[in-house]
Amino acid sequence: MSNLAIETCGLTYHFGNHKVVDDLSLKVPKGSIYGFLGPNGAGKTTTIKILLNLLKSPHDTVFIFGKEINANRIASLKKIGALVEQPAIYAHLTGKENLINRCILLGVAREKVKEMLDLVGLADAANKKAGKYSLGMKQRLGIALALLSDAELLLLDEPTNGLDPNGIIEIRNLMSELTLKHNKTIMVSSHLLNEIEKVATHVGILNKGKLLFQGTINELQTFNTPVVEIQADDPEAAATFLSSLGYAISNSNLDMIQLPFQSTAETGKINTLLIQNGFTVYSIHFVKKDLERLFLDITNPN
Amino acid sequence: MHALLISLQSECYKSRKTLAFLASILLPLIICSLVTAAFYFKSEKILAQLYSPPVLWMNYIGSILGIMGSLILPFYVIFMAFSVNNIEHKNDTWKSLFAQPLNKFAIYAAKYLYAVLLIFICLFLFFALSLGFGNLLHILNNDYKFNEYSPLDFLSTVYTRLFLSSLGILSLQFIISLIWSDFLKPMGIGFIGLIAGIIAVTKGWEYAYFIPYSHATMVISARKEGSAGQIFTQEIYASLIYAAILFLVGYFIVIKKSIK
Repeated sequence: MSNLAIETCGLTYHFGNHKVVDDLSLKVPKGSIYGFLGPNGAGKTTTIKILLNLLKSPHDTVFIFGKEINANRIASLKKIGALVEQPAIYAHLTGKENLINRCILLGVAREKVKEMLDLVGLADAANKKAGKYSLGMKQRLGIALALLSDAELLLLDEPTNGLDPNGIIEIRNLMSELTLKHNKTIMVSSHLLNEIEKVATHVGILNKGKLLFQGTINELQTFNTPVVEIQADDPEAAATFLSSLGYAISNSNLDMIQLPFQSTAETGKINTLLIQNGFTVYSIHFVKKDLERLFLDITNPN
Repeated sequence: MHALLISLQSECYKSRKTLAFLASILLPLIICSLVTAAFYFKSEKILAQLYSPPVLWMNYIGSILGIMGSLILPFYVIFMAFSVNNIEHKNDTWKSLFAQPLNKFAIYAAKYLYAVLLIFICLFLFFALSLGFGNLLHILNNDYKFNEYSPLDFLSTVYTRLFLSSLGILSLQFIISLIWSDFLKPMGIGFIGLIAGIIAVTKGWEYAYFIPYSHATMVISARKEGSAGQIFTQEIYASLIYAAILFLVGYFIVIKKSIK
């Protein structure tokens, strides 16, 4: 039996002539929080819509808990709770009525509504029309709707959109709790890596429909080669000087120079060379690229 | 069947505060009340005509049918087909609806059935209120002899025919509202269709029954011509055939519909 909650095999999808998803092979392990990262327009939402069978995928390319989605649409959807793009809520109904309506469709007991409203912090606004909710409140209601069926797999598309810092932390804690205590699998999309790195166990990075990286968060860190960052009085001349000595400059601008870290002794030697050749070194230190930088490097190699 | 029932229940729940639902109750209530009020306040003039009870009833029912039959009912059907679909367009909820573990046919059929149900409620209320308010007029003014004739057969036949004749327009407008999310296209097409239908009937075009928008007007005209006793006539068959075909066409549109 497959240990994967989601598996796509060479999934490609077009909108007209435009290829939106390109040979995508996702592997989302059961019980993981899978951070689905990519800049806006990378194809994340399209992929999520394909996983929900809202967009028709080619046969034998999408599997939910080991079952092909087109042939097992209803069985697959029973296992999925989803929040796609902006939360889809009926503006003329109250938050509570939106949840009751979903209870009717899912055959869930209405008692669950209060539990969900408490969980997402909307108990006080339960009887307010959802159209009058703030973006953050709508997002919370969307999350409550996704959680209502107690599905094994949650697909959350940018769930912290519009939330304040407290709300973001609450959603992050909720995701951790759902996987640890309730054994859920969560696929959460975002264009912000710092948001994902705090909670995800696995990461997939998508750009222009292509999967650029997939693995655990620790594997992503191994891509993260440390660098030496130097601030000197004339960075441009210093960079030219170091290049002439055979050092590979990985990045330089008007403020600093970056080159791959080799050893502390080598770093000391670079410092001495710069000083001996008339440069004033303001600082020289070892830097490990943060994941944000790494994300940008992966999605924009040039 | 279970999926169809819960989808229908959900449609009733989420639409109960919408204008389409309220209109199905308010429309018959307002029109019947106004006609009844006119009969009550203008009783001397009406009673001076010395109508026999059957003719009195026909005048009273005719006043209601004349107002709603050929114009208000088709417009209500057009608006309601728009409203039932627009609730999903406006709130961008098609994606959440089709992401539920429910058969797509059940979701589509429940929406359609809900629209049929609203027309039924509306016409049933017209039927019941016509009957009830007519008898109320007799209680309020004993000179009216509404109690001496029962228009039950006539009323039930004409409202059954109106109900069946509205299904063709409903199916067509349902598809139009399913495809386009804006207000103008369904209402504009419906308005033009309706005018074309009325012209075709009033000018006596022999193939008017080909136009779904003309069916209600044909039913009203048939009443005037005194051939309302028969339920299933050419326009009713045409309406039912249109309804069945367009219902299936709508379903194929739904299953091919991509939520972009």
